[in-house]
Amino acid sequence: MADLRVDFAGIESPNPFWLASGPPTNTYDQVARAFDVGWGGAVWKTIGEPVMNVFSRYGSVDVGVTRMMGFNNIELISDRPVEDNLKEIAAVKRNYPNHALVVSLMVDSKREAWHDIVRRTEDTGADGLELNFGCPHGMSERGMGSAVGQVPDYTCQITEWAKEVATTPVIVKLTPNVTDITYIARAAVKGGADALSLINTINSIVGVDLDTFAPLPSVDGKSSHGGYCGPAVKPIALHLVSAVARDPAVKVPISGIGGISTWRDAAEFVALGAGTVQVCTAVMHYGFRIVEDLIDGLQNWMDEKGHRTLDDVCGRAVPNVVSWRTSISTITWWPTSIRRSAFSVSCAGSPAKMERIKLFDGSIGTRSVPGLQSWRSSKRPAWAAISAPPCVPCRDASRWSKCPTTTPR
Amino acid sequence: MSTPNLAPALSAEQLEQNFADIAPPLTPDAAILEAAKCLYCYDAPCTIACPTHIDVPAFIKKIATGNLRGSARVILDANPMGHSCARACPVEVMCEGACVLNDRDEQPIKIALLQRHATDHALEHALRLFEPGPPNGRHVAIVGAGPAGLSCAQDLARWGYAVTVFDAKEWPGGLNTYGIAEYKLRPGTALAEVQMVMDLGVKIRSGVTVGQHVPFEDLEREYDAVFVGVGLGATRRLGIPGEDLSGVHEALEFIEHLKTHPYAETRVGRHVAVIGAGNTAIDAVTQAKRLGAERATIVYRRGRDDMPAFDYEYELAKSDGCEFRFHTAPKRIVGTEHVTGIECVRTEPGDPGPDGRRHPVEVPDSTHVIECDMVIKALGQVAREDVARTAGLRLEKDRMISTKPGVFVGGDCANGGAEIVNAAAEGKRAAAAIRKYLTETGH
Repeated sequence: MADLRVDFAGIESPNPFWLASGPPTNTYDQVARAFDVGWGGAVWKTIGEPVMNVFSRYGSVDVGVTRMMGFNNIELISDRPVEDNLKEIAAVKRNYPNHALVVSLMVDSKREAWHDIVRRTEDTGADGLELNFGCPHGMSERGMGSAVGQVPDYTCQITEWAKEVATTPVIVKLTPNVTDITYIARAAVKGGADALSLINTINSIVGVDLDTFAPLPSVDGKSSHGGYCGPAVKPIALHLVSAVARDPAVKVPISGIGGISTWRDAAEFVALGAGTVQVCTAVMHYGFRIVEDLIDGLQNWMDEKGHRTLDDVCGRAVPNVVSWRTSISTITWWPTSIRRSAFSVSCAGSPAKMERIKLFDGSIGTRSVPGLQSWRSSKRPAWAAISAPPCVPCRDASRWSKCPTTTPR
Repeated sequence: MSTPNLAPALSAEQLEQNFADIAPPLTPDAAILEAAKCLYCYDAPCTIACPTHIDVPAFIKKIATGNLRGSARVILDANPMGHSCARACPVEVMCEGACVLNDRDEQPIKIALLQRHATDHALEHALRLFEPGPPNGRHVAIVGAGPAGLSCAQDLARWGYAVTVFDAKEWPGGLNTYGIAEYKLRPGTALAEVQMVMDLGVKIRSGVTVGQHVPFEDLEREYDAVFVGVGLGATRRLGIPGEDLSGVHEALEFIEHLKTHPYAETRVGRHVAVIGAGNTAIDAVTQAKRLGAERATIVYRRGRDDMPAFDYEYELAKSDGCEFRFHTAPKRIVGTEHVTGIECVRTEPGDPGPDGRRHPVEVPDSTHVIECDMVIKALGQVAREDVARTAGLRLEKDRMISTKPGVFVGGDCANGGAEIVNAAAEGKRAAAAIRKYLTETGH
């Protein structure tokens, strides 16, 4: 049977399935029950200041017959005082020493505030810290959450402050509400992050009540943009995880988050480079018990495919994510010159490796001179298609007009 | 099955078609669509309704995620007869009848077909879903390789007990192999399910009748515990003249003959009358019709509302073109050597009996003869007094009870006759009781 144990940036966990920071990880009772039914770890709901409650706070996106394809919230961080949370965190860690317990943190962007919360949190015996630089609403307007995570310099700076005193691994949670997430990822790593987790929720408004013109979820007729999550965001999360996993400047473990409901979703995140996965919406929808099939399904799949540990799977799909230019399998080249007994095609640009040429009539052309750009065939091709990866994009615009790949058919 | 007025034999193709799966399996796509409809109730009424308490939402969710192996494991862990139950359970009055979607005026989730989908996967790929426990040196004998005995055997083997099952028949499986309507469950399928239990190292000694080939005392002496799951005995007698005429058959014998021979070897009369209106009577009348009988008629002394057969079985018989003669009590089977008819009287409902059903009262001067060429009796089965006597067990209201330490009973012989799933649940409970007994007594 496949071994699901993981060592994530030094945090040991019986399996890769963690509860994401959110409503299901707000109390001792919730986390204890989750561990009882099989969750490997949990990221405690963000503790910090201020303590506020919002109601109503959830919006659902139902598509056709599918309920809750997407989900959003306008709630804030833990609605309970930091001290109460820390006591319960310590109790969980005492009673569940073999599970991974990470605490999500968010305080004012001041060095002393971060030093203070890191020290107090580590006193509980928690296994690690997750810096919430991603919360897209409410907190960001106070200069916290995604207000930090959207600016590389801030991300780097606050990560450094946390690392100055932290003795446990520091995970930086990234917001997807940026133009290019790799810049933020690099900044976090530069600041000393031991790992990254992504994605946090996406800015969203789930709907509008057309009778009252109140945006949804409505709080006395008003609403705010909230964090979008659930199965609908999985493709976005998969892309961003893969983007970070492919970035050569990011060499830290990744915890994948975003729309994970089934073991298949989880396996996909792992294949794109995630070392652990975090789940929230599916647990809110179906209950903690879904972890049973997450574990069982993943193990059965790994057994069937002969994967013994998650290391056998982690990142296996990453090399197959390529830029569009190089992923297209054939490029059409037009014959540019006709010689007496051979037809040749040539590229005026700077092709890298050209391995073989498949002609329109199905015959394989021969490479004339290794490294050079022309191909010859004894048969007259209508056009020739070259197997990938045929060329690198020319940066020299003057060549484009000559390149057959840009010639419209 | 000789009868002078045989119905013409049907072609092999026609017979194969008549006995094909009554509920064809779901395609993989249909299974996923159906599974996605399940609300995944927390306190699922389907699970509560099932005597073996299969975690129905869990196995359905696993179908939706493509984890068919895990799904089959959830089912067969709770109910080793999960595949035959998927085909033969009266789900309308069990899990599917309990589905919350019924309350929303919607169709319930097709639990039986989904259960079949998952267990088909296990049988087709001969998956080894369970492993025998490390041997604990203790031996248990099981009498009867039907659903109760096999379910008991599976759990005991998984806990490390050495299990030997004694069965009087040629093939194991009990009524799953010999008694379920052919269009619901075929013997080969039932035996494939038995094989999964045997894969755990359970030994089955077929053709051995306890009390005849092996004295019961020997089992008690040589094994640490004994489970008796022998089921019920012969069909109850009508107690009317002419019962022993040629052409009068017992329903279970008729069904067994059909299931253990090429279809063409079971010939039926042109007009077949089935006495009784339980689920076995329906199985008999529909299969007689499907074998080519021109008319197949249920003769029942009470009315439709008091009929023990489930509504959907009644509908099935009607759609097969079977006839129902309600309020008709047989008084005599007519014929000189071979049956030619049943002499009956009309009845009308009288006062309610202790079971709430109204007693049939004969209508004077209503004697008439229903002409037929074959009579099938389906009146329920009698208790196995022979087994009770040889094993030293008590029969109370035809239900077998053990007062002997180390001897346990379950299944039809203990509950008076119920569904496969009831027998499976009792077999499992007996296994748990045997483990408790052997642990506590330090055996």
